[in-house]
Amino acid sequence: MIDKTVGTAAAAVADIGDGATVMIGGFGTAGMPSELIDALIDQGARGLTIVNNNAGNGEVGLAALLKAKRVRKIICSFPRQTDSYVFDALYHAGEIELELVPQGNLAERIRAAGSGIGAFFTPTGYGTLLAEGKETREINGRNYVLEYPIEADFALIKAQHADRWGNLVYRKTARNFGPIMAAAAKCTIVQVREVVNLGDLDPEAVVTPGIYVRRVVEIPMAAKFVAQPGAAA
Amino acid sequence: MNRFTREQMAARVGRDIPNGAYVNLGIGLPTLVANHLPRDREIILHTENGLLGMGPAPEPGAEDPDLINAGKQPVTALAGAAFFHHADSFGMMRGGHLDCCVLGAFQVSVGGDLANWHTGTPGAIPAVGGAMDLAIGAKSVYVMMDHLTKKGESKIVERCTYPVTGLKCVNRIYTDLAVIDVTAKGLRVIDIVDGLSLAELTRISGVELKD
Repeated sequence: MIDKTVGTAAAAVADIGDGATVMIGGFGTAGMPSELIDALIDQGARGLTIVNNNAGNGEVGLAALLKAKRVRKIICSFPRQTDSYVFDALYHAGEIELELVPQGNLAERIRAAGSGIGAFFTPTGYGTLLAEGKETREINGRNYVLEYPIEADFALIKAQHADRWGNLVYRKTARNFGPIMAAAAKCTIVQVREVVNLGDLDPEAVVTPGIYVRRVVEIPMAAKFVAQPGAAA
Repeated sequence: MNRFTREQMAARVGRDIPNGAYVNLGIGLPTLVANHLPRDREIILHTENGLLGMGPAPEPGAEDPDLINAGKQPVTALAGAAFFHHADSFGMMRGGHLDCCVLGAFQVSVGGDLANWHTGTPGAIPAVGGAMDLAIGAKSVYVMMDHLTKKGESKIVERCTYPVTGLKCVNRIYTDLAVIDVTAKGLRVIDIVDGLSLAELTRISGVELKD
């Protein structure tokens, strides 16, 4: 019998080693696997390379991981936000390396890793600072930049429902990077709000097939994540 | 000197977006356009974090942390909306499926180069987000910006002095003084605020403008 469910977030992240490359899902806090990140902080791995769209908000989730000084390098598109002060301080102190990638190139590089593409030509970024030193080519009159896949040892993502085979369904715009990160990492760990029985997910509606998923941890929606009036995203 | 108000600028952009268009509105001034889309048209808004059919902000108390826009503000999903992951979202952008995007800018060059992601200030933390993808992705790229900086310098320039976001990508510029098309033969003024002559606009802008 295949059963990818794991009892606790701590058990799910126990083998993430020092120096690992870890993709973390989410766009801001939507889809951020906060409990898995908390477990990673408790677990103690350091020298990590993190792949995420942002660089943390406030002092929770990814920002808390940064604050604990576990991250050597971050690959992201939009580190600077109104509440990214933890990252900002580390960056200005020279304590974290930043690889800035246009958001669509970030997504496509992650997808390329998951689907066995060696590299690809993209028009995004051509002629800009972010393409300096990169190989370019004119194809049918348009200019492109060569970009390489981003692979990872682990992906930590969040979904709404999973079954014990690891099939996933997401919720609204919390889907964002989840499906492509799930495919790009050697070991994908998912926190879901509810594990359902095999057969309860409509196969026509499964977004991430279980082949991409190694471990599933059920973490019911905490009261703090239920919509509150005036809650800032 | 007369100026178009921000609401007038947004209304003008809204009038130029046809029925059935798929549109991405950038963060900042372009967001205002959502309030000025003609009510007799169905225009489908895209947000790059994975939603087509984005609706207005929810009623207070009905915010859903899983339903946000690219500015990470709570939004709603209209009947007919669709969710998708990030690679699909930027694929539909890069693949030329969006009809139009409206972006803010620091500078636009006479050749249609766009600078809107980074001031280049030493020590500033660079952040690009989806700006470079939007700049080259939509069939039509509209820029909404003040015509002049706070110091009175033209934001329409021969060559961008800020780091560029994309080359030859802007199709039309909406400012508080004029609406200007970027064409192969140069900049063409298609609308101008009451009381301002083309000659005076050209003098203020410091670049060649045609009628």
